[in-house]
Amino acid sequence: MKKRELKVSAINNGTVIDHIRPGNAFKVIKILHLDNYKDTITITSNVPSGVTGRKDIVKVENRALSPEEVSSIALVSPEATVNIIKDYEVIEKGNINLPETIYNIIACTNPLCITNHEDVPTVFNVERTNPLVLRCQYCERKMTEKDIIKVMG
Amino acid sequence: MLHDIISIRDFEKKDIEEILFTAKKMEQYVDNGTTLAKGKILSMLFFEPSTRTMMSFQSAMERLGGSVIGFSDTSTTSVKKGETLIDTVSTMDQYSDVMVIRNPLEGSARLAAEVAEIPVINAGDGTNQHPTQTLLDLYTIKKEFGSIDGLKIAMVGDLKYGRTVHSLAYALSMYNVELVLVSPRELRMPEDITEHLKDTIPYIEIVALEDLPKVDLVYVTRIQKERFGDPNEYERTKNTYRIDKNSIKLLGNAKIMHPLPRVSEIAREVDTSPNAIYFKQARNGIPVRMALIATLLEVLP
Repeated sequence: MKKRELKVSAINNGTVIDHIRPGNAFKVIKILHLDNYKDTITITSNVPSGVTGRKDIVKVENRALSPEEVSSIALVSPEATVNIIKDYEVIEKGNINLPETIYNIIACTNPLCITNHEDVPTVFNVERTNPLVLRCQYCERKMTEKDIIKVMG
Repeated sequence: MLHDIISIRDFEKKDIEEILFTAKKMEQYVDNGTTLAKGKILSMLFFEPSTRTMMSFQSAMERLGGSVIGFSDTSTTSVKKGETLIDTVSTMDQYSDVMVIRNPLEGSARLAAEVAEIPVINAGDGTNQHPTQTLLDLYTIKKEFGSIDGLKIAMVGDLKYGRTVHSLAYALSMYNVELVLVSPRELRMPEDITEHLKDTIPYIEIVALEDLPKVDLVYVTRIQKERFGDPNEYERTKNTYRIDKNSIKLLGNAKIMHPLPRVSEIAREVDTSPNAIYFKQARNGIPVRMALIATLLEVLP
């Protein structure tokens, strides 16, 4: 089998989030609140993938993200996988499991929801995972995958 | 029992039954009052107008022997100076023992309940929830028929935007009932509710009142002009669902309920018919709200 050429170098220590849906890498960074991360983050977009055709990859250097931290990225990439790297070796590998509650990650699409008027964090309860349906704990409106992608820009 | 009354979605059937049972016990105090809540203060935070809900909460608290403070016009409060809901609620939390809130922003009562230590009752948060209306509707049905189980109930009119029918349909899905949803196609019950009904109770959807099967109860709602793009369509629809001395024949012996206020969907001539129970329904707001206040204040006899 021909070995595929590596487009981005491996990282020494940190977290590699693989199999992100193509085009969603920046949303993943936003969900993880890594917008202002001081160390290196490498984003690879539209990489050919045997499983899903194309994928994005995010590599966060020198930080091992916990399963709780990464769980919310299932909102935009439920098939993503997480690898924790130490000394160039994968020491932990896992899939993403969406938590029961999504806390302060996305805004509510309902303009009349109190969370869009008062300084309070949003809370969504996961009502269904496939297809994904969330319900705002405050205004009780449903949010679908389409709505989530829309509010995440 | 729940600490706050925010959404009918928070209720289990046993919670509803407990409130209905307590409301029945409160009937004995409706005419002559009681001192169960003596020394207790209910605060009313009404950020938008209301007739029935506000007055019946006030009446209920006074019949329980307690007193009432609050506002129904934000222009005379610090809200006008830009005070946040959180700060207004935190302040009233210090001044009273139970709080009733109506605010047009959806989820406002849930937030108030999180902020306040005292129990909070939602008296309407925009188009979202109005749980005390649902409880008084259920109480009215139980009082009129002896039991909610076994009934066939029609909901007529604007089923898309009317929060009372959404909450009532949700609550009725906990009982052994059948629903008939009667509305124009553009004002059908939202999918969110019908999906829940599919999993719980039998229901049918029809457009014409003439096609109504034999039912025990008809719950009529107001059709609002602003919901229609075409004014002619509004006029046509409005008259289609109007209950008057002629169309009432389509209902047989079915009782008629309406959350009020009505505009023209039920003619005044219907008020004296034995079918009409909507003013009794409004009156039932008193024992139900007395039951809620007494339960939350833990002053039950």
